[in-house]
Amino acid sequence: MKGNPPIVKPELFPEVTVVQTRRAGMNGIVPYLYVIPCILLLGIFVYIPLVVNFYYSTLNFSAFSPAKTFVGLQNYRELIADPVIRTALINNVWYCVISVIFQVGLSLCIAAVLEDKLFRRVSTVLRTMYFLPVLISMTVVALLFSFVYHPKIGLINAGLKMIGLGNLAHAWTGATDTAIFSAIAMSQWHSMGYTMMLFIVAIQGISEDLYEAAEIDGAGRLRRFIHVTLPQVREMAFVTMVTTVTGAFLVFNDVYILTGGGPGNASTTLAVYMYKNGFALDKMGYASTIAVLMLIICMILALIQNNAFRSGKGD
Amino acid sequence: MEKQKRKRSTLPGSKMTPLMALILFLLIIYFILVAYPLFWMICNSLKSYKEIYKNIWALPKTPLWGNYALAWQRGISKYFLNSVLVTGSTIFGAIFAAALASYSLARFRFRGNQLIFVLCMGGMMLSPQVTLIPLYKIIQALHIHNTYLALIIPYTAYRIPLIVMLIRSHFLSIPKEIEESAVLDGCSSFGVFSRIFLPMSKPILLTCTILIAYYAWNEFLYAIIFIDSDKFRTIPAGLMNLRDALQTDWGVLLAGMTISATPLVTLFLLMQKQFIRGMTAGSVKG
Repeated sequence: MKGNPPIVKPELFPEVTVVQTRRAGMNGIVPYLYVIPCILLLGIFVYIPLVVNFYYSTLNFSAFSPAKTFVGLQNYRELIADPVIRTALINNVWYCVISVIFQVGLSLCIAAVLEDKLFRRVSTVLRTMYFLPVLISMTVVALLFSFVYHPKIGLINAGLKMIGLGNLAHAWTGATDTAIFSAIAMSQWHSMGYTMMLFIVAIQGISEDLYEAAEIDGAGRLRRFIHVTLPQVREMAFVTMVTTVTGAFLVFNDVYILTGGGPGNASTTLAVYMYKNGFALDKMGYASTIAVLMLIICMILALIQNNAFRSGKGD
Repeated sequence: MEKQKRKRSTLPGSKMTPLMALILFLLIIYFILVAYPLFWMICNSLKSYKEIYKNIWALPKTPLWGNYALAWQRGISKYFLNSVLVTGSTIFGAIFAAALASYSLARFRFRGNQLIFVLCMGGMMLSPQVTLIPLYKIIQALHIHNTYLALIIPYTAYRIPLIVMLIRSHFLSIPKEIEESAVLDGCSSFGVFSRIFLPMSKPILLTCTILIAYYAWNEFLYAIIFIDSDKFRTIPAGLMNLRDALQTDWGVLLAGMTISATPLVTLFLLMQKQFIRGMTAGSVKG
C-alpha cells in the first residue's frame, strides 16, 4: 500500500471525515455485495458443517434415514474405549514422525545438495524427476504401488528374489506389521519432491553474499549449511513442518486406496476409520465424533507450532 | 591474479571429494527409485496380462497400443471429461468468488471487513476431512448429491481462503491512482474491478489456476462420497472403479493410470516456472 495516503484520524482532520463519510455513503452496500458469494460458500460449506459436526457427534443416526437419537456423550465414551482409535492414533503418529524426517529433514538436505555448485549441471534433471510424483494423483500412485508391493508379481518381491534374497519377500500391504509402513513409504515417495522444491525456492532466495562471506571465512560445506542455509530457510521449514504434521494426522487417500485400512484395522488412520464408520458401518454420529477428535488434534498442533515458531523467532 | 585463481580452485566446494561422489551416487539411486516405477507403469501399460505375469521386468515385445484405446472406452474418456468439467468449473467459480471478495477487502473500508477477512483466512486452517459428515448431509438436503455440483461447490468453497489470500495481497499492490483516474472517467466500481484489477492480475490468476487445478484434478475423498453413479465420476474415483471392473486386466488399468497422470505432468513440463511459483505460493496451506 505504498502509494496510498495514510489513514488519518477523523477528529484531527475534519475535512477528511467529510470526504470519507461521503465515500462510505456512496459505497453503501456495494462492498458487501462483492463478498456475498464468498461468504455464502464459506458459510454453508465450511463453517456451518464445522459447527454442525459438534452437534452430530452427540447423536446416533444413519446416512439415509432422517431419524436421529440424542445420546449425549456416549460417542465420546465409545471413542475413548475404542481400541481401533488407539491403533489409528499410533499409525498417525508413525506417519507424522517418518514424514517429518523425510519431508522436512531429508528434503532440506537434498535441496541444499542440489543447489550446490558442484551439482549444478545435473540438478535440473534430478529435481524435475524428484518433483514428478507430486503431480500424479494419489489414486494413480497408490494403484501403481499396489503393483510394487504385490506379493506375487510385485517389483519389490521379484527384485528380492532376483538378487537371491527371496526369503525376505513379504506380503507388504497384506501383513499386519508392514501395511502402514508400506503406505508411509509410498507417501514419502510421492511427497518428498514437493517439500524439496519448496526448500530449493527458499535456498535460491538466500543472498549469494552470505555464502561468499562464509566461504571467505573458510567455512566448509557443512558449516555453510548449518550457519547460512539453516537459519535462512527457517521460515520455510516451519511452513513445511506445519503442512506435513497436519497432513499426517488427516491422511486418508494413501491408506484407503493402498490397504483400505486393513488387514483388519491394522493400518487404519483416523480419517480412514472415520470414513469406515460413516459410510461402511453407517454410524454417522460416531464418525462425527472422530472428526471432532481430528479437529482438536489439528488445532492443538497448530497452536504448539505457532508458539514454538514465535519463540524461535524471538531469539 | 594467478595466485587468486589457484586459491579459488582449492576452496572447499569446487572439488569432487569421495564424500561428494557418494552423495552423487545416492542422488542417482533416488532418481532411479522415482523414475523406475513410472517407467514401469508406462512399459507395462503396453503389455498383455500374460506378458506382465510372466515377466514384470521385460519390455513389451510388441507394444499393445490397444490397451490405451480399451482403457479410454472402458470409462476413462467419461471420467476424463468429468474431471475437466469439474476442474474447469472450480477454477472459474473459486477465482470469481475470491476475486470479488478480495476486491472488496482490498479497496473498501466498511463495517465488518475485518471479520470477513478473518472468516476467509480461517478457512485455511480447516481441512475438508473434518467437515465430511455434515457436508454430506447438506449436499443431500440441497438435492445436489450425485451431480457435478456436489463436487464443484465444496471444492470451490475449500479453495476460496487460499485464493483470497493470494489475490487480495496482489490487489493491495495495485496503485490507487489508476483506480482513481478510472473513477474520474466515470468507471463504476465493478468496471474498475473487471477492466483494471483483473487484467492487471494475470500472473497471480495463473498461479491460482494452477493451484486450483492441482487440487480439483486429484481430489479423492469427496469424489468417492458425493458421487454415486458412474456417469459423474471424476478420474481419481473412476480409476478405483476401473480397477474393480477390470479385475486382472492390468495392462488396461495401467494404461488408464498413465492417461490420467498425463495432463498435470504435461502442464508442469510446459510451464515449470509458473507451476513452481504457484506451488510455493500455495505452500502456506499445501
